[in-house]
Formats: sequence, structure tokens, C-alpha cells
Amino acid sequence: MINKQIRNFSIIAHIDHGKSTLADRLIQHAGLVNERQFRDQILDNMDIERERGITIKSQTVLLSYTSKSGEAFELNLIDTPGHVDFHYEVSRALASCEGVLLLVDASQGVQAQTIANLYAAMEHDLTIIPVINKIDLPSADIDAAKEQIEHDLGLDPEQAILCSAKEGIGIEDVLEAIVTLIPEPPGDVEKPLAALIFDAHYDPFRGTIVSCRVFNGAVRPGEVIRLMFNGTAHKVEEVGVFRLSREPRGELSAGSVGYMIAGIKTVADVRIGDTITLDSNPVSSPLPGFKDVKPVVFSSIYPMSSDDYPSLVDSLERYKLNDAALVYQKDSSIALGQGFRCGFLGLLHLEIVQERLEREFDQSIIMTVPSVRYRFALLDGSEITVENPQYYPDPTLIKSSAEPFIKAAIIIPERYMGVVIKLCLERRGANPKIDYPTPARVEISFDMPLAEVVFDFYDKLKTVTQGYGSFDYELIEYRQSDLVKLDILVNGERVDALSLIVHRDRAREWGVQVCDRLKEEIPRHNFKIAIQGAIGGKIISRSTISPFRKDVTAKCYGGDITRKRKLLEKQKKGKKRMKMIGSVMIPQSAFVSVLKARDE
Amino acid sequence: MNKSDNPGLYIHIPFCRSKCLYCDFYSVVSPAAVPAWLEAIQREIPLYNERFQTFDSLYLGGGTPTILAERELAALLECVHRYFAFSPDSEITIEANPEGLNTDKLKTIRDLGVNRVSLGVQSLDDGDLKYLGRRHGSKQALRALHMVRSCGFADVGADLMYGLETQSLRGWKRTVDRVLEFKPEHISCYQMTFEPGAAMWKMKAAGQVRPIAKKLESAFFIWTSRYLGRHGYHHYEISNFAKSPEFMCRHNRKYWSHTPYLGLGPSAHSFQAGRRWWNVRSVEKYCRLLGEGRAPVESAEVLSGEQLELESLLLGFRTSDGADFHASGGRLRAGEALSELQKAGLVKVSNGRIKPTRKGFLVADGIPLMFCGQ
Repeated sequence: MINKQIRNFSIIAHIDHGKSTLADRLIQHAGLVNERQFRDQILDNMDIERERGITIKSQTVLLSYTSKSGEAFELNLIDTPGHVDFHYEVSRALASCEGVLLLVDASQGVQAQTIANLYAAMEHDLTIIPVINKIDLPSADIDAAKEQIEHDLGLDPEQAILCSAKEGIGIEDVLEAIVTLIPEPPGDVEKPLAALIFDAHYDPFRGTIVSCRVFNGAVRPGEVIRLMFNGTAHKVEEVGVFRLSREPRGELSAGSVGYMIAGIKTVADVRIGDTITLDSNPVSSPLPGFKDVKPVVFSSIYPMSSDDYPSLVDSLERYKLNDAALVYQKDSSIALGQGFRCGFLGLLHLEIVQERLEREFDQSIIMTVPSVRYRFALLDGSEITVENPQYYPDPTLIKSSAEPFIKAAIIIPERYMGVVIKLCLERRGANPKIDYPTPARVEISFDMPLAEVVFDFYDKLKTVTQGYGSFDYELIEYRQSDLVKLDILVNGERVDALSLIVHRDRAREWGVQVCDRLKEEIPRHNFKIAIQGAIGGKIISRSTISPFRKDVTAKCYGGDITRKRKLLEKQKKGKKRMKMIGSVMIPQSAFVSVLKARDE
Repeated sequence: MNKSDNPGLYIHIPFCRSKCLYCDFYSVVSPAAVPAWLEAIQREIPLYNERFQTFDSLYLGGGTPTILAERELAALLECVHRYFAFSPDSEITIEANPEGLNTDKLKTIRDLGVNRVSLGVQSLDDGDLKYLGRRHGSKQALRALHMVRSCGFADVGADLMYGLETQSLRGWKRTVDRVLEFKPEHISCYQMTFEPGAAMWKMKAAGQVRPIAKKLESAFFIWTSRYLGRHGYHHYEISNFAKSPEFMCRHNRKYWSHTPYLGLGPSAHSFQAGRRWWNVRSVEKYCRLLGEGRAPVESAEVLSGEQLELESLLLGFRTSDGADFHASGGRLRAGEALSELQKAGLVKVSNGRIKPTRKGFLVADGIPLMFCGQ
């Protein structure tokens, strides 16, 4: 028998439409925290998440709710990450739900992300409850929001619940809608165990904590489970549910969402989307939708000071415990010394790794210019893959080269069609297809080189569509492409960490962009700095940083000396975040930012 | 030359008739507080009895030291000499403003042993002086220069300011030329700066005054250095010029070379054996603490080796002497930075020292960073 009193749901919204605030209110309403403990945005508990206002690691929480009809329910709120880099994690989290609350800001109405999220929820055939939030704002226009819900989303506006998460208005209505509108979970406890892994966290004391949704069967401590991806068996130590902390239970059965601790050492030993079954009574086939997520963006991490290499080794090992998506191996560079070549899901993932290594592990690091993975067929018949421009083969030995292509799916209001098509064509997009899923909305699909989209395409798209563009992509295949290596010279010295592999036709453009960006990134020195882009021996672009004219204070006597020294000490600290290449100080941020186009 | 390892003594006389708009040195406009201050400093002086070697410089700075009456100055110096030893050839400087000077007072000052006068001329253009909030006019300044000379001072310095928005390069040249007619032994040329503690800081924020363009500042600086150089003056520190090496200000050079100095009076700083300490920045508090028999020290710091090193770089590159290439235990890992700086014409190397060029002076604050860290 399945527990009919369970509801599994997620909240989806455009950024800043109040997802975290609503989640917090629901948690508060369920009595998990009292007013004093109530800290804003309980679920977003990483610093980065709070600052950027996005969810990176999803969190789950079980809320108890007694409905108006007096029935007691267990509501599993499954939080989802909010960026295209984590598209797959989102899809697994949604696969664990039966319904979603689709949040719309009463003053801003339906936005790009709202639509993208709606599509994702539709894909999983989830019940969608529109919620109009921030109705307390003076600028709230509920009628307009309702009209957009009907026209742009094709949902029943009369079903929309009005609330203000901030003021605590309408929270009861939201909870009531969850239990009445979202169906009870399907499944059968008698069938063999099938549980979907939708997340995994690392706990220094317990090892990997697997978040899962049980679809069939049940699992109890003491039983031996099998991870279907790699067939490994693990003895279950503990199962339970997520309150604000973990709460052990006797079992997890069909329909429920919870955690499992089974002596799994690192999160890299489990795969998001994998199916857990019982070793003694396995299911015949895993749950659908599993993908082994592979890194698509590569960059090397180096310590700012080579003395810190051992500490970086240790930090990466510890970081990796909690981020299965990061892969790395040893690397070295003439300019930067010993480091690691790392693979990431996308540029945001890369930035998150960088920030977390710095904040949580106190590492001072440099990341080199990101790259995708290229293939080269050589004249001797061999084929090599290169994701580090340093290893670009001798051009005279190359027979052909290929780069990964993606299929990009972009959804935008019709009025942005022109600028978006132009942007895609600039990025070597080909084979366009145009669809009209709902009136006034266009879905454009393009085949594009991955290298042209991973770095800043999404940011650029958001800029040209004023935030209305949603973007998703999937890798399709490698295609032949004329690839060259662009070297960057700083004061005549080649900086290997700044090299990149580019398409020949785009080489000049990239060369100009990188030189311009470096000109902005590198501070003025007291001598002139020349930055050049070169292919082979040929200079194709250049920029010059002129020296600063004057930087001296008039007076320096007794008391001033302490003050001046303190100022200098501060600057020296800032300088630590710069890397000395030859005689030029290059800021840590320069390496990654050279590939980002400027905001115009 | 004119450099020694003997300590220097500084006395801060924090009184002015009015506050100049650009000045951020500590001073108050309350002549009534002078007697209490005088009593207090006479209590502070004995605190350092026998704690310093023989001094060879004394600097009476302010504020406006010449605001003190002759008998007050006499009492102060009498007390100084009672507790501190000075070498016979000591450099004894007093800062003076053109207003309120007279021959009698100057002669008394000379007779008290003062052998160097640093006169706050600032400009010989009445528009500039008004802009700066000075109490004197150009005529008064010229008279004062005459008077100091005629009273027999053989070491006279003129303090000037340039880079004012009221001032053209031509106007600045006029001031410099007229000052040069007096053949002062020493000229300080300070670029106008807006300091947070000064009235002009707020005026700048309110848009009433503004700094001149960086380009122009550089031009003033280079021109001044070249012009005074042509007239035989040695540009020995960012803002300081001496007619000949023996007229480089011995006292100020102690600040720039980590030579010990003792600063007395409110807000004065002292340095000895790697330790720096400073007095409270309030006449009232200063007097109260000394009245209670306590040292009027606000705070102190002990400099680490690294900090001393950084300071010697920052101070060194502000002087024509530069920084010792081999100093600081060979930590001056100059390497490529040095060759770039040389190529750019900002420093030159001679006698094992890295010395800033005229152009290098312009960016002296940035140079130390090129040599430390990594």
C-alpha cells in the first residue's frame, strides 16, 4: 500500500520572483522553525547562492501539513538548481515530483525563465499550479499577470493563487492547493525497489548522503542496495527524511522522498539520475532518463603561489567529495607552474568551483582561459583529443580538426527574433529552425559550435533579449572545423595560460577581443605594456596599456609613514591576487574573463 | 651628506591664528590654550630623559610655532636643553609664517640657537594665497623673506605650493623666480593635495574646488625639477630641493631613513628601534594626560622585518638616494621588474642602489610594489 498522504513538489520561478522566500514561508508554516530561528532563505545556504540569488546545490525538506479537511500530509519540497549548466540536475529533481508551483511576480509578470521552467515541468507531465507572488507590492498588477498566465503559459488563470511570501499572505492557500491539486505519488511498495538519485551531498562524518525518490518498493537499514550504473553494492546504514536536519526513519517506501546513507565514500561514486535497487531483489531495468554527465568546459587551476600547491591538492580532493561533476588531472604550465586541468559542466560551474575553492577552502588560485575538447586527425593516421591549447599539435602534422557542436534551443518573445538570429549567426550558428509554440513566442533552434556558446552566449542572449531569452542546449556531434591556436604575448612573452584554440575565420575577432579585454583587466604599470595576439609567428591583433603618468603623494613625514605603509600593505595584498608574468602583473580574473564579451 | 645616525627631535606646536584650507596637520585656533600646552610639554620632555642618544636636529613645527611669545619659546627651549643633549653643530629649524614676524622676534629666535627658518611662503600670487586661505599676501611674504635674511639666518627654506587650480605654469614660474632672487638654501615645492582632514576636502566634495588634471600635475612637477635643477638646486626628495648637499634638511631625512626621532606635542610621531608611537591628537587630552602624570601616547606599533623593508622601499624611492639593491637580506628580487623600470627610464642603478629618475619620482608610490611580494 502506498502512502496517499504524500505530495512531492518543487517551486519553479524566474530569478528574483521569490522562490526562496516562498520556500522559507512554507517551512515556517510547517513549524520546522520558530520565528527566532527564522533566517531568510533557509534553503539557499551557501554564501554564493545567497549572493547570486541562485540555487546551486538543491535541497529537500519534508513539511508536515494538516489540511482544512483535517487530514495530515507530508509534503516534500524539492528545491532545484537554477542555471542551464545544471539542466540535468533540474530534470532529475523534477522527475522526483508530481507537481510544481510556478511562481510569477505580480509586478514583473511572466519572464523568460518562467517559460523555460514551465516547459521543463511539462516535459515531466507535472501538475502545474500558478502562484502570483508579491501581490503586496504597490506595482503589483494581478490582472495583467493572470492574462499572461493564460496567454503566454496557456494555464488556467482562475487556478492561480495570490500570495505574498514576504508578508505571509496566501501561504495557507498555497498549501491547500498542493494537497488538493497535486496527485498522490504513484507506485507500489510490493514491487522491487526502484529509487531515483536526484542529488548527493558529502558529510565529513557519514560519507555520501544520497537524496532519492522511491518509486516502487521500500528500503530499510541493514538491507543491501545496488547502484545500477556501476553495479556496486552497499549496505544501508540509515534512511530518513530531510527536516532542516536529517531525521532517521525505519524505512523509505514508494512515493516518499528522503535520504540514504550506505557507506559510500565520495559523491563521485554515485551518479545523479541513477537508480537504486535491492541487491537481493533487483528491478529488471533502471528508471528512465539517466545520463552520465560529462564535462564540456576545461580550464586549468593553478595556485597563485607555487608554495601553495600541496594545499591546493588537498582542497581539490576535499572539494571533489561534494561535487561529482568536477573532474581533474595534473597539469603544468611554463608561466604558472604546477596545477590541475579540470573539466566543468559549463562556465557557471567553473565560476562556482573557483569561488568555493577560494571561500570555503581559502585557496588563492588562477584559472586559465577555458576551452572545449577538440579532436585532431594527424597525418600519421592517429587521432588526438585536445582540451588544453598548450597541447595543440604541430600544425604541419594536422590532417583535419573537429570541434563539438550543439543544438541550441532558444525561446524568446517574437520581437527579439532579429537580434537573436544575428547573434547566433555571429557565433557560427547554422541550420536554423523556427517554431511558434505559443502565440507571440518563438522557439529558434541552431546548430552551433560548443566553443561559441559555453563562454558568454547565455549572458549575451540575456542582454540582447533584455532577460526574456531562455536557452538550452544538447551536444550533438563533432564536426570538421578549421582550428588554429591563438597565442597571447604580453610584452613579447608568450603566456601559455592565455592561449586558446579558435576557428580560423574567427581568429582575428577573438584576437582583438582578448587584447581588448586584457587591456581592461591588467592595471596600468609604470611602464608600457604591449599585448599581442598571434597565430604561428604572425601578429593579428594588439593593444597597448600606457603607463600611469603620476602616482606620488607630496608629503611624507613622521606620522605619514605609518599611514602610507598601511596603504601599500593593502595594495600588496591586492597584488597577491595578481600573477607576475615576467614583469607584468596579471589579475587572477583576467584569464577567465578574456572570453567574455563586454556588455555593451 | 648632511645625514647622520643621531636622533632628531620634533616638537609640534599645534596653534594657528586660523586654519588654512588645504592643511590637515593638527592645529587649533585657541591661543588661550597655549600656557596649558606649554606646561604640559614641559612635563612630557622629562619622560624621555636619557632615552635617546645625543640629538643633532631639532625641528619646531606646527601649527605655527612663531605664534609663541618670545618668552614662551625661551622656556620651551630651556626645558629641551635641560633634559636632552644636542651636538654642537645641530640643525635647529623653526617653521614660520610671513604674518606676525618681526625683526625683534627673529633675532630672539636666532639667539635661542635656532639656525634654520622654514618660511611658509606658499605662493607669491595673491590669488593663490587667497585660494589657499592664507593670512598673508605676497608683499608680506617678500618682506618676511628679506627680514629672515637680514636677521642673519644662513639657512633659509621657502615652502611653496603648486598645482593649484588658480595657478598657471607661468604664474608658478613667477613665484619661483621671485623666490630664487633670495637664493634660499632650501626650497620645498609641495603639490596641492586634498587631504581628508582639510577644509578643502569638503569643498572638493561640494564642487567648490577641484584638483587640476593629472597631466598638468606631472608637467608642473617635471618643470619644477628641471627649472630648479638649472638654478643649481638638488632635487633630493619628491618635494624638496637643496642649494647644495649640506642644505638638505637633516631632520626630515631622518624620517626617510629610519633614523630614530622623538616627536613631542599633540599628534607627534616617534620612532626608535623598530617601534613607532604617536601622541593623542587633541591639545586638551594631551594636557590632561600629562597633568595626571601619564604619557600622552595614543598608540604604538612594532614594525616587523617585512614592514621595515616595505617602508624603506617606499621611503627610499621618494629620495634621490633610492633604495639599496642589496639591502633587506637580498629580498629585493628585482630581476625583470628592474629591467622594465630601467627600460622605461624610471630608475637607474648606481653604486649598488636603485635610484628613481625624475620621471621615476612621478610614480614613486607605485615602484615599491614592483619589488616586493611574489
